[in-house]
Amino acid sequence: MKIFPSLISKEYEVRVYSPLHIGAGIVVNSYPDEDIKMLEEMAGKVRRHIIEMIYGAGSGHPGGSLSATDVLVALYFMEMNHKADDPKWEDRDRFVLSKGHAAPTLYACLAESGYFPVDELKTIRKIGSRLQGHPDMRKTPGVEASTGSEGQGLSMGIGMALAAKLDRKKYRTYVMLGDGENNCGQIWEAAMSASQFKIDNLVAIIDRNKLQLDGPTEKIMSLEPLGDKWKAFGWNVIEIEGHNFREILAAFKKAKETKGHPSVIIANTIKGKGVSFMEGAVGFHGKSPSKDEYEKAMKELGGD
Amino acid sequence: MKKWELKNQRDAFGEALVELGEQRSDIVVASADLSCSVKTGVFAEHFPERHFNFGIAEQNMISACAGFAAAGKTAFASTFAIFVTGRVYDQIRQSVAYPKLDVKIVATHAGITVGGDGATHQMIEDLALMRVLPNMTVIVPADAPETKRAVMAAAEFKGPVYIRLGRANIPVCTDIPECQDFEIGKASIMREGADITLVGTGIMVAKCLEAAEDLKKHKIDAKVINMSTIKPMDEKTLIKAARETGGMVTAEEHNVMVGMGSAVAMTLVENFHVPMKRVGIRDSFGESGTSDELMEKYGLTVDHIVDAAHDVMKRRGR
Ligand SMILES: Cc1ncc(C[n+]2csc(CCOP(=O)(O)OP(=O)(O)O)c2C)c(N)n1
Ligand SMILES: [Mg+2]
Repeated sequence: MKIFPSLISKEYEVRVYSPLHIGAGIVVNSYPDEDIKMLEEMAGKVRRHIIEMIYGAGSGHPGGSLSATDVLVALYFMEMNHKADDPKWEDRDRFVLSKGHAAPTLYACLAESGYFPVDELKTIRKIGSRLQGHPDMRKTPGVEASTGSEGQGLSMGIGMALAAKLDRKKYRTYVMLGDGENNCGQIWEAAMSASQFKIDNLVAIIDRNKLQLDGPTEKIMSLEPLGDKWKAFGWNVIEIEGHNFREILAAFKKAKETKGHPSVIIANTIKGKGVSFMEGAVGFHGKSPSKDEYEKAMKELGGD
Repeated sequence: MKKWELKNQRDAFGEALVELGEQRSDIVVASADLSCSVKTGVFAEHFPERHFNFGIAEQNMISACAGFAAAGKTAFASTFAIFVTGRVYDQIRQSVAYPKLDVKIVATHAGITVGGDGATHQMIEDLALMRVLPNMTVIVPADAPETKRAVMAAAEFKGPVYIRLGRANIPVCTDIPECQDFEIGKASIMREGADITLVGTGIMVAKCLEAAEDLKKHKIDAKVINMSTIKPMDEKTLIKAARETGGMVTAEEHNVMVGMGSAVAMTLVENFHVPMKRVGIRDSFGESGTSDELMEKYGLTVDHIVDAAHDVMKRRGR
């Protein structure tokens, strides 16, 4: 996505379509360099965990896990209020991974946050493990919703966000969707109801990596103009580059400022981000790397 | 015991589709963003104009296939079992089964042998869902060659058909004369025996054959039936086997509450009651693990069948 460095250094403009201010660009203050550096380092760690987990399990979904990494890292290590030592804390912000096949990313973020030992990550997909192939809210501390069948997470997020309003709680609910997941009719049922109910404490993030399982989204079931569709459903639409932490954080801030409408962040990403031969490769949607590929990937990600 | 060759049911399905596409211009095929995995992609390569990828939108796919059928086509809709039964149950019920349309639903990746993906992807109640629908025919082929025969027969048959396939490469056990003429609603006797009947479906048929070998060591002579059509069930063959052997064990990779075994039990209770035991998943969801580990943990191994047979024999005082 476009980054427009402004006259004042470290300020960026983010593209916003909004039912309130249609097409208006906003300038947002940036974040301290140390914070951004911390997030980038954490993203590197999470990506290495992802590759190790999927390689160790012999199956899993590297492409969509790597593309979602930066958004999840920004949520867990900057944006969301949550307590690893009290996973059921009533006032915690909620995160629903609707595209449940990116479970490795979620598990890595939870482990690095302290919900369970980092060492446990290697048990993913193994029999008896708390870390199932797809997120399981009864088995894994910190997992808010059991997902894996695409299309259902946004509706769950709506229930959580409405419950917050009923209980007069301040917590916010974040839901990550795949772009292919936007094929599902239920997403649009959810989209309609969220604006009907004026759920402004809900943020959907679309991991716009332009690929689904069988190929490019625009070839299999075209989504564009995606932002206009969400806008037409009454959502405040914010479009960003999904691997740029300043843009991600600015988008969360913008969403928070929007009242009376739900917000959707279209995060333009690269499937397989960080591993050259996985980037943009449909073949790595749901395949674990070979030994050679594993070693190469770890090297590229700065592992040893 | 003879070592079986391993083959994949999905490959056989893809092959059958291509043959059907060549033979008949009225065949159309629908996918839901899993065409590579379920092998409808092979049909798409040959007949791109007759393949439709609906994306991750299974409900739309099923009802569109009903429309195809209403307009005179024979439509095959295929994706993972988890997404093409429960998620689209109402679409199947209202737009396919009720109007009795020529839609063939081919579900792959059924059961817990899906493995690592875990419970969210392990469909263990599809036979129940499909079995209770009036007008629906339900087939579970035992291996790859039988898959091909079943798909060809389903295409020939007028009306809704559900075919259940697995993910893994599985033993080829139907390469025997008894299994060559596939007929919907007809069970095949894979092995004769006088003391007890083992009824298997899908991947459990080969395991029943192995169990029969094992039982032979204990001087128990087991008959093995491949119940490849769950509905309509071959009651005649079942009742005859019950009369001849006096005991029965069923085996299925499915929730034992409501699958093939319960259909067999109903038939026997109403016709010829014999001691019986059902091998299957005991009303619980699955989890991540390897196929073998899961088959062991959820009670679906050869040993489980053998134990069930001993139990039945004991109840008969033998
Ligand atoms: C309802 C449903 N149908 C099919 C699938 C199988 N499936 C898993 S991931 C996937 C593609 C997802 O594409 P996208 O949402 O773009 O995810 P990403 O690119 O982020 O991996 C499919 C079809 C599923 N999980 N759920
Ligand atoms: Mg995608």
